[in-house]
Amino acid sequence: MIVAGCDVGSLTAKAVIMDDGKVMSESVIRSKTRPSESAQEVMNLALREAGISMGDIRYVVGTGYGKDLIPFAQHVESEVSCHAKGAWWNMSSVRMVIDIGGQDAKAIRIDENGKVIRYIYNDKCASGTGRFLEVMADALEIRLEDMGDIGGQSRERIAISNQCVIFAETEVVSLINAGKNRCDIVNGLHHAMANRVASLAKSIGVEQDVVMTGGVAKNRGVFDALAEGLRLSLKALDNVDPQINGALGAALFAKELVQTG
Amino acid sequence: MKIVAGCDVGSLTSKVVVMRNHRIIGAHVIKSKARPQDSAQKAMEEALSRAKLAMSDITYCVGTGYGRNEISFVKDTVSEISCHAKGARWLVPSARTVIDIGGQDCKAMKIDETGKVLKFVTNDKCAAGTGRFLEVMARVLGIGLDELGRHSAKATAPVTLASTCTVWAQADVIKHLNSGYLVEDIGAGINAAMANRVAILANTIKVEKDICMTGGVAKNVGVVTTLGKILGIRIKIARKADPQIAGAIGAALISEEKLNGGR
Repeated sequence: MIVAGCDVGSLTAKAVIMDDGKVMSESVIRSKTRPSESAQEVMNLALREAGISMGDIRYVVGTGYGKDLIPFAQHVESEVSCHAKGAWWNMSSVRMVIDIGGQDAKAIRIDENGKVIRYIYNDKCASGTGRFLEVMADALEIRLEDMGDIGGQSRERIAISNQCVIFAETEVVSLINAGKNRCDIVNGLHHAMANRVASLAKSIGVEQDVVMTGGVAKNRGVFDALAEGLRLSLKALDNVDPQINGALGAALFAKELVQTG
Repeated sequence: MKIVAGCDVGSLTSKVVVMRNHRIIGAHVIKSKARPQDSAQKAMEEALSRAKLAMSDITYCVGTGYGRNEISFVKDTVSEISCHAKGARWLVPSARTVIDIGGQDCKAMKIDETGKVLKFVTNDKCAAGTGRFLEVMARVLGIGLDELGRHSAKATAPVTLASTCTVWAQADVIKHLNSGYLVEDIGAGINAAMANRVAILANTIKVEKDICMTGGVAKNVGVVTTLGKILGIRIKIARKADPQIAGAIGAALISEEKLNGGR
C-alpha cells in the first residue's frame, strides 16, 4: 500500500512517499508564492523519483502552514503531531523533538508511545528561527548552506549580544568593520541562535533522548551549539533528512488512516 | 551667567545643546559617526558656531547617551533616563509621563513635578517599538522617514499588520504592497503597529497626565496621535524645542545644577 505525506512550509515544501512502511522517495523544493503550486510541484518530484503516478497513491496527508491549500490531500494534521510521529517512528527512544523551520521553532515532548504531551512554539519573533540565519548569511555575503562549514573553522569565541534579528544584523556589520574573522562571527551566531532555542525547549522541561529536526538541523554548527546549550548529547534522525521529518510523519498518519479505515 | 552644554551621543544621532540661564543659545543634531568622540566633537562644533561661541566659553558639560563614556570634553556623565526626564520637564512643565523613542530603544518614565524619575521601563532588546522599526518600514515603502508620519492622516483604509516582529512585519508590508494597497494606508498601519507596541510598554508603568513625547519619533504625527488614542490621553508635543534634543537639554540643565550646587 502506497501513501504520501506533504508538508508545505513557509520557505520549503517537502513530500515523502512510503510503501508498506518504507520510504520510497522524498523531495524538497523552495516554496512558491501559492501553497497549492508548491504542493503540486514537490509531489510530482517525489512521484517521478519513485517511478509512480498520483493514481498509485492510496492516501495523502497534508501538513505545514499551507496544509489547507494542498489540492490532493485527503486529510490534514498539525505540524506538531507530524513532527512527533516522524521522529518517534525513526527513533523510539525520542522524548523531545526540537524543530527549527524557516519561520518558526518548536519543542515537542512526547511519551514512550509517541504521543504529544506538551509543546511550545515560537513564530512571533524571527530570532531563533531559520530566518535569523538567512538574514545573517546575507549580511555576511555567504551562502546559508555554507554557514555550518564556515563556523566550524572558528578559532575565537565571539559572543553576539543581541537576540533581535534586526539588532544582531547591525552587530554583525560592526564586527565585520572591526576586522573580526568571518568564521568566528558565524560561530557566534550559531551559539546565539542555539541558546535562544534552548531556552524555548527548557521552558517545557527537557527529557532525553532529544532529536533535532528541520532544515537548520543540517547546520552542524547550530546542531553542536544546541547540544552545548542543552548540556546533553543531541541526536540526529537515523538515516533520514531532518528537513523531511514533518512530511514523513504525515505519510505515517496516511498509512494509519488507511489501516483504521 | 555661565554657559553650559549637554551632549547626547546616541546610536543613530548625536545632539548638543548649549544653554545660558535656562535658555537654549545653540543646538545641533548630526547623524552619529563610527566613533562617539568624533560624533560629540562634530555636534559640539556645530552647536558652538550657531551660538557664536568657542569651546573655552563652556563652563560645564554633561554627557549622556550610549556613547557618553567616550566624550573627552565632558566633566560628568548622567544616565539617559535622568536627562530625558529633566529635558522633558523643561519642554513640557506639566509632564508626569515621558515616552522617549530613540533610534534603537524605547523608554517610558514617570516623573514628579521637579523632573525626578519615579519609575521607568525600557526596551532595547527588540527592534519593534523603536525608531529602527519605522526606519526599516520606510525603506521598504521607498519613502523618507519624515514622510511616514503624515500618512496616518491621509489614509482612508489603514491596513493592520499581523506581526509585531520587525522582520515579519516587513514581510507583511511587502505583501500589502504587492497586493496593491495604497502607500498611505500601509503607512498608517505601520504607525499604528508602532504605537501599539509602545503603548504596551508604557502601560506597564501606568501612564498619567500629562504625557510628553521626546526622541526623534515624537516628530511622527501618525505615531503620536495613534498612541494618544490608545492610551486615552492626548499627548503633549514639545513646541519650545526639537523633541529629539530633549536628552541633550536635560544634560545641559544638569550641568547648570552641578555648577550652582557646586557638586
